[in-house]
Amino acid sequence: MAKKHIDEATGVETVGHEWDGIEELDNPMPRWWLWSFYACIVFAIAYSVAYPAWPLIQKGTEGVLGWTSRGELAKDIASDQARRKPILAALAATPIERLPDNPELMRAAIAGGKAAFKVNCVQCHGAGAAGSSGYPNLNDDEWLWGGDLKSIETTVIHGIRQPGDAKTRTSLMPAFGRDNMLTSQQVAQVTQHVLSLRGKGKPNAAGAQLFADNCASCHGPTGQGSREFGAPNLTDAIALYSNSPEAIAKQINTPSHGVMPAWGQRLDPATIKMLAAYVHSLGGGEDFQEAAPEVNNTPAVETHGQP
Amino acid sequence: MANLDPSPATATAAHPDKGAAAPEHRLYAKREPVFNRRIDGPFRRFKWFVMVVTLAIYYATPWLRWDRGPYAPDQAVLIDLANRRFYMFGIEIWPHEFYFVAGLLIMAGIGLFLVTSAVGRAWCGYACPQTVWTDLFQHIDRLIDGDRNARFRLYKAPWGPSKIARRLLKWAIYLAISFATGGAWILYFADAPGLMRDFFSGNAAPVAYATVAILTATTFVLGGFLREQVCIYMCPWPRIQSAMLDEKSLIVTYKNWRGEPRASVKKAEKNPGQFGDCVDCNQCVAVCPTGIDIREGPQIGCITCALCIDACDRVMKDIGRPRGLIDYATLEDCKREQAGEAPRPVWRSLMHTRTLVYSGIWAAIGFAMLFALGTRARTDITVAADRNPPYMLLSDGSIRNAYTVKLRNMQNRPRDMKIALDGLPGAVMWTDDMPREKAVRDLIRKVPADTTDVVRLYVVAPEGTVPQEYGFTVQSLDEAAETDRSDIRFEGPETSQ
Ligand code: SF4
Ligand code: SF4
Repeated sequence: MAKKHIDEATGVETVGHEWDGIEELDNPMPRWWLWSFYACIVFAIAYSVAYPAWPLIQKGTEGVLGWTSRGELAKDIASDQARRKPILAALAATPIERLPDNPELMRAAIAGGKAAFKVNCVQCHGAGAAGSSGYPNLNDDEWLWGGDLKSIETTVIHGIRQPGDAKTRTSLMPAFGRDNMLTSQQVAQVTQHVLSLRGKGKPNAAGAQLFADNCASCHGPTGQGSREFGAPNLTDAIALYSNSPEAIAKQINTPSHGVMPAWGQRLDPATIKMLAAYVHSLGGGEDFQEAAPEVNNTPAVETHGQP
Repeated sequence: MANLDPSPATATAAHPDKGAAAPEHRLYAKREPVFNRRIDGPFRRFKWFVMVVTLAIYYATPWLRWDRGPYAPDQAVLIDLANRRFYMFGIEIWPHEFYFVAGLLIMAGIGLFLVTSAVGRAWCGYACPQTVWTDLFQHIDRLIDGDRNARFRLYKAPWGPSKIARRLLKWAIYLAISFATGGAWILYFADAPGLMRDFFSGNAAPVAYATVAILTATTFVLGGFLREQVCIYMCPWPRIQSAMLDEKSLIVTYKNWRGEPRASVKKAEKNPGQFGDCVDCNQCVAVCPTGIDIREGPQIGCITCALCIDACDRVMKDIGRPRGLIDYATLEDCKREQAGEAPRPVWRSLMHTRTLVYSGIWAAIGFAMLFALGTRARTDITVAADRNPPYMLLSDGSIRNAYTVKLRNMQNRPRDMKIALDGLPGAVMWTDDMPREKAVRDLIRKVPADTTDVVRLYVVAPEGTVPQEYGFTVQSLDEAAETDRSDIRFEGPETSQ
């Protein structure tokens, strides 16, 4: 033990350490401090009795008040569900065509759809709904199956190429090259013609003729596409896959066919309406032109090599 | 003056042979209550003045009215947390202008440096709320229980009807003051007359009652009972402020070279030239609100309230010696005075490099804020571009970017505002509540009083437009014609397809 050292000026004992000539006085603490400390201990004990606190081997102590964070969460979820109930009921009762008449419900639907999209749709269409090669961009003004609320809802419910759903959207592009419907020279000619529809490539009579014979039934005589068959517009700037000659030739030879789940089997109608409203709100949504085309299941061309 | 003082503070304050014997070692010390004696003098009067002014400001400010027209509250000083507005007379601060508040806080900080480097812990001694309320409560003590000796006697007396009655009365007054303190605080956060009515009719928000309850309790405990314990043990300011003091700062000092050795008047008369001026009357200790003995030198318990100066000056006057045995003095002056030089005038002590530099910085920030206040626009545009996706190719080859535009109308009247594209040739824009066919290069929005209008804007540029910088401008269509501009980048494919 170090010798007791008394500070001369104050007559108080020092704690016995020295830092660069500075010594610390060992003044007593105020007594209320001690009481505050005891009060903290009492509080801590009371708290750990009242609330879940001590980890045991299997589980923790539960606390006499019965409070749990999980219970708190369940309460929050229940109250949120109660809050959403009238909105969901109103959504379920409103045909989607009537949704725009009720701007407040529409806003709620868009907000809910945004959340549902983040859970169900971003895996293919991306977080910003911008898609990627083969997955349509939902922000733009090109629609394979129609961009009004009703058409979008139908697409979401029945999906694309869903064997279990009789009303699913199906478009089928034949594998012209692989199935020997066109020779490779002919594929090249059609490719040039398709490019020329966008003002690129070399317009050629042979390609035009082949297009009229093989492609116009779905894509239309001028290549403007058809929503009835989900056939993309070939004259605009947006390509589902790519605008390069190689990609076009590949699509003619061995086409890719997109699929999308039939969400009607997995999500409730209100959620699907919300999703449709959200996708419609992204900037490319269309007004109702006429009655939305009924789902068409009849392939326009004899199918070869159906998946 | 005989030392008849009965208080326990005196016994320790005198410590005739301090440090001679090892003190009894204790871990915890009971609080020695402070029974400070009433005193009058210039510093006490100044302290009264500061107390009245600060309390008046505190209680009266929420009741000041300020006509802001039909669209804003009429309270002159209001922190409207719910609507995120801060009103201060003619000034209205929006959340994005928070730098004004930050500036005020910096000015307050530098102001404190300035005051501290000039006159020591004057903030502690006069203006700190803990000091003001403690002082108030000590006056209540004197009013109910009497002055120092009477209070000490009552403290020692056994509990009886009279003591209980006095205590209950005193605590009731403490409680009333504490309640008024907490009650006034919440009035800064809502319209005062309305809140007052709601509060007493039981219709105010729970947070209002909780705030009042907490502030009442803390005022009652801190002002009524803990008092100097707050200054000595809880408050970080004494530590920080001491660090701002230097030899050029004016602090309350006992001039021990003049006072020591101490002796009574009689003894000094018998032995001329052997004793100092201090007659060991303990008046300086008796008046001290923190119960310390300034003759032990500068210490953390001293809040520089100068009441001991008033007390000692009175003693010196009574016995016909010059005033200033305890006085405001800088350590430099002390050395000078000890060496027998003439004291410097107070203004010389106040004006040294540090105070001048602090004043300069303080004034510069103040002028900069005034300038910013005078020239700030009450119209503001901010533009946030959609990041995901950054741009959108449309079927006709044109490129679309989407933005969230915020138009702020910070006037308390509705205004029409014109947003226009500045740059980006050939581009047009439309909002999500108008058809694309009607797209234009400028459009007018009606923005309600005191609100931020959030607009979703689509801008489409012709095919082949390369990424580039451009901007949005906004102009208020009224006599003020205020404008603002926000620069933004137009995104698109790096090369045209
Ligand atoms: S020592 Fe003097 S200046 Fe310091 S707190 Fe006490 S009375 Fe005030
Ligand atoms: S310093 Fe002044 S007030 Fe204090 S004991 Fe000495 S004479 Fe009395």
